[in-house]
Amino acid sequence: MTTIEVDHASRWYGNVVAVNDVSMDVGPGVTGLLGPNGAGKSTLLHMMSGFLAPSIGAVRVGGRRAWHDHDLYRQIGLVPERDAVYGYLTGWELALASARLHGLPRPEQAARRALAMVELEAARDRRVDTYSKGMRQRAKVAAALVHEPEVLLLDEPFNGMDPRQRLHMMDLVRRMGDEGRTVLFSSHILEEVERVAEHIQVIVAGRLAASGDFREIRRLMTDRPHVFTIRSSDDRRLATALIADTSTAGVEVGTDGLRVQAIDFGQFTWLVPRIARDLDIGLREVRPADESLESVFSYLVAR
Amino acid sequence: MNGVIAGITVRGMLGRRRALLLLLLPLALVGLAVALRATGNATEEITAVLLQRFGIATLLPLVALIAASGVLGTEIDDGSFVFLLSKPISRPVILDTKLAVAAGLVALFAALPVLVAGLVMVGTEGGLALGFFAGALAGSAAYGAIFVLINVLTRHAVVAGLVYALIWETLVGGFIPGARQLSVQQWALSVADWVATSPAVHAEVALMAALGLLAVATVGATVLAGQRLRSLSIAGEA
Repeated sequence: MTTIEVDHASRWYGNVVAVNDVSMDVGPGVTGLLGPNGAGKSTLLHMMSGFLAPSIGAVRVGGRRAWHDHDLYRQIGLVPERDAVYGYLTGWELALASARLHGLPRPEQAARRALAMVELEAARDRRVDTYSKGMRQRAKVAAALVHEPEVLLLDEPFNGMDPRQRLHMMDLVRRMGDEGRTVLFSSHILEEVERVAEHIQVIVAGRLAASGDFREIRRLMTDRPHVFTIRSSDDRRLATALIADTSTAGVEVGTDGLRVQAIDFGQFTWLVPRIARDLDIGLREVRPADESLESVFSYLVAR
Repeated sequence: MNGVIAGITVRGMLGRRRALLLLLLPLALVGLAVALRATGNATEEITAVLLQRFGIATLLPLVALIAASGVLGTEIDDGSFVFLLSKPISRPVILDTKLAVAAGLVALFAALPVLVAGLVMVGTEGGLALGFFAGALAGSAAYGAIFVLINVLTRHAVVAGLVYALIWETLVGGFIPGARQLSVQQWALSVADWVATSPAVHAEVALMAALGLLAVATVGATVLAGQRLRSLSIAGEA
């Protein structure tokens, strides 16, 4: 059982802070590192994989500092985000080279097993640069799994995949977690994390915004105040009825409709159509005003 | 040295368009030698000028630059280098392997053509072919190490390498005699002068100084590049 410990780690480039005083422990199972683009996920992942030294603080894998320790790669498998691999090698050659570089006693056997794991045997003799994006991703995963690492780090592994490839990769990641490995993957897409990860670390603007069980964080996200814009046949009468209910914190009447702040998402979404029907008000538009992931994240940060 | 890394690196260099680039210049040198021989211009003096100006001063640094950026620079730039860095192999070993491949390629695509061009023009006369071959071989290692170091230090390695080879060595060295003491070209020429018996070769740096400086430059650049690579950060997109 190998744990990744991030201990008050910060990383800055010049006067830009990419990761700001982040502490977390990542244990066995699948953990999703969620955050919008540019939040510092890759920087954090690169520190965990020993490619970047923290400016201050420490990052340890299995109790050993990740930076300047190439022996650590016996325990870590890394799937980088960037697509670049040695395209002139075949999938088989790439996996085999990886096995040999790890100094495995039976490199052919290990390469075969890794390619089978990502279901790439049929295309193993094709050059990697003839692969689709999803196949290349799987080839990278095979090369990273060849030594059966305790820790698997994947940077945006589902990016650019078609839905079928995505499902297959999700399945693979879940399987790795079920086997008791410590699997951490980064993503900026909530649904991806929701479907694969048991634990979640949310990072926003370089800071750890939330951490823990996915369902708990999902509830926090759902229960946050939501802002809706509503246009109806009688905005004022609707406003009066809405403000009378406890699920609504405030209503603003504007020239182009209502701006309503709901504090109980479930109750509010149930209430609006009911009131409209009871008062015979025609609803022309009900639109959440702040559904972007960024707004969800900034809410979590503010808490 | 690591055989797997060397194998991947050689395939990457020779299997792509870069191999054509590596072949073009040496072919031009040998072609020129054949033309000079055919037109009866293959005197010792002209041979020495061709092998020095084209062979040592142009072909050698350019091939070294292409080789060094090919074995390392492009991989660092496009991110494929991460594949090697994420293996339990010390970074100096990765670097030494890359450097050996680069130096080998320079020997193959610059030093060997110099030997062939020399033999085509004057045969073994005056030890010119062998002399310039020895000089080019010594220069291969030094240029290889220096350009690999530049590739580890900066993302603009090709520009930096060209500035060094063309502006410092050729232009500044041409006007300021002192600068020639710090020029791989001149050190290589000293080796050539030592091996060759022909009076057509004129070296400005004493042999022992040249050998010492070649060793210092090669070993120094290798050690420094290994250290820099140990601390090379692969930054994320954000």
